[in-house]
Amino acid sequence: MSEQAYEPKIIGFLCNWCSYAGADLAGATRLKYPPNLKIIRVPCSGRVAPELVIRAFKEGADGVMVLGCHIGDCHYATGNHRTARRMPVLKALLAFTGIEPERFLVKWVSSSEGELFAQTVREFTEKVRRLGPLEMRAAVDA
Amino acid sequence: MMDAGRHPNINLLTYSEVESVSGYVGNFVVRIRVRARSVDAEKCTGCGTCEEKCPTKVVDAAYEAGLGYRKAVYRPFAQAVPPVPVIDRDNCLWFTKGRCRLCEKVCPTGAIDYNQQDTILEVQVGNIILATGFDPFDARRIPQYGYGRFPNVFTSLEMERMLSGAGPTGGKVVLRDGETVPRQVAIIHCVGSRDKKYHEYCSRVCCMYSLKLAHLIRHKTHAEVYNFYIDIRAPGKLYEEFYHRMLDEGIHFIRGKVAQVTDAARGPEEEGKLVVQFDDSLVGRQRRLPVDMVVLAIGLEPRHDSREVARLFGISTDADGWFREKHPKLDPVATMTDGVLVAGCAQGPKDIPDSVAQGSAAAARVLSLIGQGEVKVESATALVDELMCTGCGQCIQSCPYAAIEYLKERRVAHVIDALCKGCGTCAGACPSKAITLRHFTDRQLVSEMMGAIFAMRAQYATRNT
Repeated sequence: MSEQAYEPKIIGFLCNWCSYAGADLAGATRLKYPPNLKIIRVPCSGRVAPELVIRAFKEGADGVMVLGCHIGDCHYATGNHRTARRMPVLKALLAFTGIEPERFLVKWVSSSEGELFAQTVREFTEKVRRLGPLEMRAAVDA
Repeated sequence: MMDAGRHPNINLLTYSEVESVSGYVGNFVVRIRVRARSVDAEKCTGCGTCEEKCPTKVVDAAYEAGLGYRKAVYRPFAQAVPPVPVIDRDNCLWFTKGRCRLCEKVCPTGAIDYNQQDTILEVQVGNIILATGFDPFDARRIPQYGYGRFPNVFTSLEMERMLSGAGPTGGKVVLRDGETVPRQVAIIHCVGSRDKKYHEYCSRVCCMYSLKLAHLIRHKTHAEVYNFYIDIRAPGKLYEEFYHRMLDEGIHFIRGKVAQVTDAARGPEEEGKLVVQFDDSLVGRQRRLPVDMVVLAIGLEPRHDSREVARLFGISTDADGWFREKHPKLDPVATMTDGVLVAGCAQGPKDIPDSVAQGSAAAARVLSLIGQGEVKVESATALVDELMCTGCGQCIQSCPYAAIEYLKERRVAHVIDALCKGCGTCAGACPSKAITLRHFTDRQLVSEMMGAIFAMRAQYATRNT
């Protein structure tokens, strides 16, 4: 695999009410963002168990993003408060296990922030592209 | 109000506070603290003799906006429902100094009861409508407008009381000295609203009430009335027409934000006056206007305890503190908690017609639920696998709706289907994977994820070779 042609595989867990709608808006307004992101809709970013993120890396994702509502805007009142507390721990754990923590992104994107969504995906894709394939399983994945 | 008070099916609990709420739609149990008003509501006929004879006068900061007085035993205002007075224990001579008891002597029905205690009432209800209203913005928070420093800076509420025939000045518009009639009055709009330093939202009612105040002040005093506005927002039935009528009546409208109100005169014409310094955005420069009286059109704020109240009833507030409706356009009456509805300014600033409409909508919504006799609940709810559950309680802590209970005898968690909204936060928290969210199970999410990764791998593999 040559460096130029490398395309990162990114899994995004998007909360149904804010970020998924934000992604929808990005599409409806024809904003451009890389196709390297595959979106998995979850009811709330609080649904994303840390195991799911780890599983995504294990199955071959090069980057994982979890997008939820802004704090205070959660459709389920406080679901994203859990995300906000859980994910930094996971990030530390990822770093500990040898996965670059930059491959994991948690961000708040509301349903009206289509441009922010597109920009987030663009930046994250570029970042993961620069990091290259996930080293841990490079041997089997190439 | 009187109709509601008299209706046989309506039980009014005033001077009471909700302590706790448990249960779910159709089966709420509400604990209410009925505070001791020291007057037996059963015996009281509302004759008002106690109020008349009470020797203690207290500044009425609530209804009279600090301009008038009430007694230590009082009704908040003359038409209050129910017409039962309350003894203000902080100011009553009997409670503070241990003497007087005059109200007890004059009461014809013996309704005064100094030993009355708070009582706790538990009621079972099917639905709850929250209509807790708003707090007025405290004009002292904007020091450059001088409220509290200059006596002749008034709030719109004070002006409202002054214009009332039954108010503290008997309907006369006068300066703080109580006799001088103002010849120029400035009304400053958007005090505390549409200002990123205070509240970014528009309070919606201030433009129209400012126009009304302007009209009444001009009518009563023939003063020159100046409105300092950012935009005139008159988007209601006949509102724009009223605005045009005010323009025709010779009320002045100056578009621009007021920088400050000062008493520092720069010339003889400003001597002894309040000077409004403002940016006239239609002329495009700074100007000064000397006036006798300034009225601040204060905005609406969420109730100071709205966040605690929201937590009590299991609903959420927005960033400002207004109760969050289920959907801002499609469902502005319901909340995310079934059986809890919102109406009026508790949900956001609105005027009287809008509040009445929302209140009626909430009542109709409740009636339709009662009529159906059963409710539809969320289908994607969480489910506990009791064989896997260790009873650690992580899910109970994580649930935003308190929809998970701990079954002591079986030592497992249990989801109350009627309360669960299907957010899945519990499934994200469970360390033993015992709790799953229907339609969003780990298996489903992982399958979806693997499919996505497989597709990407296939797609990029062909491109890379």
